[in-house]
Amino acid sequence: MELCDLTIAQARDGLGARRFSARELTEAHVKAMEVARGLNAFITETPERALIDAARADVRIAAGDARALEGIPLAIKDLFCTEGVLTTAASHILDGFKPPYESTVTAKLWAQGAGMLGKANLDEFAMGSSNITSYYGAVRSPWRRRGDDRPLVPGGSSGGSAAAVAARIAMAALGTDTGGSIRQPASFTGLVGMKPTYGRCSRWGIVAFASSLDQAGSLTRTVRDSAIMLRAMSGHDPKDSTSATLPVPDYEAALTGNIRGLRFGVPKEYRVEGMPAEIEKLWQTGIEWLRAAGAEPVDINLKLTKYALPTYYIIAPAEASSNLARYDGVRFGLRVEGKSIEEMYEATRAEGFGDEVKRRILIGTYVLSAGYYDAYYLKAQRVRALIAADFKRAFETVDVILTPTAPNAAFAVGEKMDDPLAMYLNDVFTVPISLAGLPAISVPAGLSSEGLPLGLQVIGRAFDEETVLRAAESLERAANFTARPPVLS
Amino acid sequence: MSIDKATVAHIAALARIRVPEADRERLAGELRKIVAWIEQLDEIDTTGVEPMASVVEMTTPQRPDAVNDGDCRDKVLANAPAASHGFFTVPKVVE
Repeated sequence: MELCDLTIAQARDGLGARRFSARELTEAHVKAMEVARGLNAFITETPERALIDAARADVRIAAGDARALEGIPLAIKDLFCTEGVLTTAASHILDGFKPPYESTVTAKLWAQGAGMLGKANLDEFAMGSSNITSYYGAVRSPWRRRGDDRPLVPGGSSGGSAAAVAARIAMAALGTDTGGSIRQPASFTGLVGMKPTYGRCSRWGIVAFASSLDQAGSLTRTVRDSAIMLRAMSGHDPKDSTSATLPVPDYEAALTGNIRGLRFGVPKEYRVEGMPAEIEKLWQTGIEWLRAAGAEPVDINLKLTKYALPTYYIIAPAEASSNLARYDGVRFGLRVEGKSIEEMYEATRAEGFGDEVKRRILIGTYVLSAGYYDAYYLKAQRVRALIAADFKRAFETVDVILTPTAPNAAFAVGEKMDDPLAMYLNDVFTVPISLAGLPAISVPAGLSSEGLPLGLQVIGRAFDEETVLRAAESLERAANFTARPPVLS
Repeated sequence: MSIDKATVAHIAALARIRVPEADRERLAGELRKIVAWIEQLDEIDTTGVEPMASVVEMTTPQRPDAVNDGDCRDKVLANAPAASHGFFTVPKVVE
């Protein structure tokens, strides 16, 4: 078996049994990164760093002292601050920014022995669902429609992370999910994408987009690898007062394979108008898989589902307009000179931000401005409370909820580009969960008629990632998704 | 009130983003569409509902009021587009 095809769990076994070294494993991935440069999955490649990390890992392994991710080469979404390594958020405005500190989540991964292959491309400031808004150019998915060679988007905003793992460049990748930015690209590229409960992982050192929604998570090729990553990433951080003080379970131990008696909700509001029949069919198949494994489907109502997107598109831009106020050309990144300080601010921000980021800052500024704050922002926060209450009620009768991850498969570069609202609809099934702060995972469940991956989403109670992962592993086993992106074969 | 060119100019000034006159009409149109779409929230009765500011039911942890970081001026200034004598520098603000 090729080293780049291994899962983290398999590589852990292989490294432990000395079948190959961390250096060999990392070299194979560095080579894959070079070969697949056409995908534009990385903004910054750090092969030298990866090889140094691997050499350290080999020393630990030889000493019988391997940690949970010893010698595992990862891609890191370029939204995580990495000490001394260019961190851009895929924005012109962060030109040349080398953080003098390390994000908590990446520091935790390095403390478990992982190595860094590079900083993965994304939508600018994580705002997008197709990875076309990056200042560093669009990411291309390694997938193609059957008989159609047009390049497809990998989804977004963690599109570079998804492309890197799908193309077997990285064994896993860090992403962030504000409204679906891990789960939707996972669905588009045939990966497992986990958004943990809000507060499970520290946000310290992640370039902020919408602070009440942002959460770190992983993209992996299996549910087991997702469990391994989550355990390494999680835990309270005094530097993020919203991070939970709860103990971190051994998520791998939760993968018992037994979901007998589990009750899973099926919300009828997720049957949205215009959803392709094949996604509805896949959802039904997923219901049958869980039923066959001994779980019990329960019809539930999530009545406010259709209001989640408009709620999100008030709250997220409002928080973004506030968070992105720090990019003023003074302390870091781009500066465009002006005669006065105001001119300098306005010129810097006009040149430094792309169109979608500007649009969201302007919307956010509008909904927070005098006279509109109550009508838009407070209204959205009230609706958000009702959406969270909807889920809470549902979880009184079910243990998890099963839905499709996205209302469509990946689309071609250039499609759906003219209308921002059409693009926002990509996140119709992921945004409600983000608003409620709940954990959710996308599992590759099948292929569309055009040969593209489609995911199913498992949603859980707050801080019950264990049940989410257990149900996801059951789906994974039933789906037996073995398709590979055509560019690899 | 509908969003027009003047509204765009006003919020762009609040957001400190220069938006050239030529782009204001187009942006006003885009923002009008988005705002019209988010106004569907008016269909929901939220009387008596507390606005949600935090999704996690937890009390913010306390820590001692003690300095635990800092003393790294040069590291902080290393990323500045312009700095001198240990300070950030900006265009003149006082005549």
